[in-house]
Amino acid sequence: MQGLTHFFQHIGISSAFWSFFIATIIYGVFVFTFLALFALVAVYLERKVSGHMQDRLGPMRVGWHGLLQTVADTLKLLAKEDIIPRNADRLLFVLAPVVLFLGTYMVFAALPFGPGIIGSDLNVGLFYIIAVSSLVVIGIIMAGYSSNNKWSLYGGMRSAAQIISYEIPVGLSLIIGVMMSSSLHIGQMVQAQATGLWGLGGIFGWNFIQNPFAFIALFVYVVAGTAEANRTPFDLPEAESELVAGAFTEYSGMRWAFFFLAEYANMWVVGVLGAVVFLGGWNSPIPGDVYVPGFVWLFAKAFGIVFLQIWARWTFPRLRVDQLMVTSWKYLTPIAFFNLVGVGFWLLLI
Amino acid sequence: MRDLRTEEMTLNMGPQHPSTHGVLRLKLRTDGEVVTSIEPILGYLHRCFEKHAENLEYPGVVPFVDRCDYLASMNNDHGYAMAVEQLLGIEVPERVEYIRVIFAELQRIASHLVAFGTFGLDVGAFTPFLYAFREREKILDLFEMTCGARLLYNYIWVGGLSHDIPPGFVEKAYEFLEYFEPKIKEYNDLLTNNKIFIERTADVGVLPADVAINYGVTGPQLRASGVDWDLRRDEPYSIYDRFDWNVVTGVEDMGVLGDCWNRYYVKILEMQESARIIRQALDRLPVDGDVQAAVPRKIRPPEGALYFRSENPRGELGYYIVSDGGTKPFRVKMRSPALSNLGVIDEIGAGWLVADVVAILGSLDIVLGEIDR
Repeated sequence: MQGLTHFFQHIGISSAFWSFFIATIIYGVFVFTFLALFALVAVYLERKVSGHMQDRLGPMRVGWHGLLQTVADTLKLLAKEDIIPRNADRLLFVLAPVVLFLGTYMVFAALPFGPGIIGSDLNVGLFYIIAVSSLVVIGIIMAGYSSNNKWSLYGGMRSAAQIISYEIPVGLSLIIGVMMSSSLHIGQMVQAQATGLWGLGGIFGWNFIQNPFAFIALFVYVVAGTAEANRTPFDLPEAESELVAGAFTEYSGMRWAFFFLAEYANMWVVGVLGAVVFLGGWNSPIPGDVYVPGFVWLFAKAFGIVFLQIWARWTFPRLRVDQLMVTSWKYLTPIAFFNLVGVGFWLLLI
Repeated sequence: MRDLRTEEMTLNMGPQHPSTHGVLRLKLRTDGEVVTSIEPILGYLHRCFEKHAENLEYPGVVPFVDRCDYLASMNNDHGYAMAVEQLLGIEVPERVEYIRVIFAELQRIASHLVAFGTFGLDVGAFTPFLYAFREREKILDLFEMTCGARLLYNYIWVGGLSHDIPPGFVEKAYEFLEYFEPKIKEYNDLLTNNKIFIERTADVGVLPADVAINYGVTGPQLRASGVDWDLRRDEPYSIYDRFDWNVVTGVEDMGVLGDCWNRYYVKILEMQESARIIRQALDRLPVDGDVQAAVPRKIRPPEGALYFRSENPRGELGYYIVSDGGTKPFRVKMRSPALSNLGVIDEIGAGWLVADVVAILGSLDIVLGEIDR
């Protein structure tokens, strides 16, 4: 985005504030468009992947192999009647999808799309992302509370407990990447993985392969990240066979679409963060000079993790709420702590 | 600090809820997510089966029997036909008996497949459901090529069958068995031995054998508690005594006897046993014989009453038929296994979490059409 700001200054908008302002809006629109497009692609992918896993074809009617199915669905959601239950807390009900989406959307300010393609190149980028993404839980609690529906309330309460519990293993695992790259700056973290400790380059520079602890941390991260994104087997806040649609039961039309968009955006955030912290960001896995644009690698890695989440969703049953807590507090968090200490010693001694 | 007032919350689950397997309403009293009592409220699907039956001639009742347990129509037909035949005192030809057993067992597999698939849905696994329906589809194809219907067959008549099996049926049935038997391993890999699935179902909603007997729980749900009782073997009707098969009971592999996992696993194993029975029946199926030879022109049983029970996929299906000597039954009472099985839900479901109640209800394998009739 700095580039954009400079561009506007260059073409004659002298005020630094205005060129920044215009650049921000353009970048914001770009991110939103990207999110919408990503959701379209991811929903299509989810349907096709699940379809083929389940011995069926998935959408086939709208467009070539159902390519336009999600577009049609989006149009349907846009055209749907906006329903607010009579006894709902109107203000919170309307605000909840906004807050939830905001939590995800703000993350994108510091989330890279490729080398240099980043909204705000913060020196504490990773810290900012972890902090801001916690806002999501407030949105879900608001949705659960304001709907005035007992099932929604359960969903909201579950999600509060779940997201707070799983932020800890996610955070601890990401800290391992920070320790290894000695930076919270996303660009520098990726840069540090270009050569790595062995100086071989390519995949050998990536964090997850540097030591066994980081390797385990990647798994902890993906599992806990799936839980953070409320995906099966951790989709308890919506748990359709138990809570109907959990916190989102009373939502329909565009408001519901925002929850949906936020879910997929969260998957993408989990994917990109995993790629940046453990999988070398936009570095090529092949050592040497193979020129492929950096964002291609980043997208490939992020989509890899997104695919993993989709795969898990259509394979596993759902955990129960107490088992969810046990998984986090008795397994993932201790393992993450153990990793943290292990990486510390590793970096100190080797 | 003043004590906070707490109270239990009444939670209405159903009649429109994804996991009540139909229009069942459960009134849950909950303390947080812990359910303290469950009260099933029935009757949303009541269609006056018993009153209808009093106003129809004996063969006319069969389609209504179909509609009671719509996942096991063949078994319902079979039970009703045998009850009326006993009332009349008629014997049916060998070939009819074999075909009936083949269809009843195919239906049992189809019904257990639905139970297996929907139980997966209840604990949050979507994929097994579609696998189950893929296999069930092949069974329905077999039914369709025989009698034209895929859900409500009106196939097993008093004294015979509505149609003989078409040419090519036996080959297709063998083909299905060849295809189906290896699939059971796939189910076990996908769901039965999945760690999350075991965590969700083992030791959950334990139904001890004595409680099961006290509540009149029957069928796979009873056998899962370790009670070795199956009407097909212990009170052999039709020609079940001629086949070599085992009654499946619960095992203590994953948890205690009578937990949700056992109620689920017994059904998986029963599908295997049913496949064995079908294979033997196909091997020995008599070639000739008119399937309608013994169908009476006018059914007019002598005055009297009779209780006949048979093993439905869900348990003991009983018919109490009173005849006043006319062409219409004076009274038909159906003992529906799912109703008795559902009765135990408060006993075994109280004290568990909402998510467990869904799993327990799913493991009881109820069909609302039969509960409400």
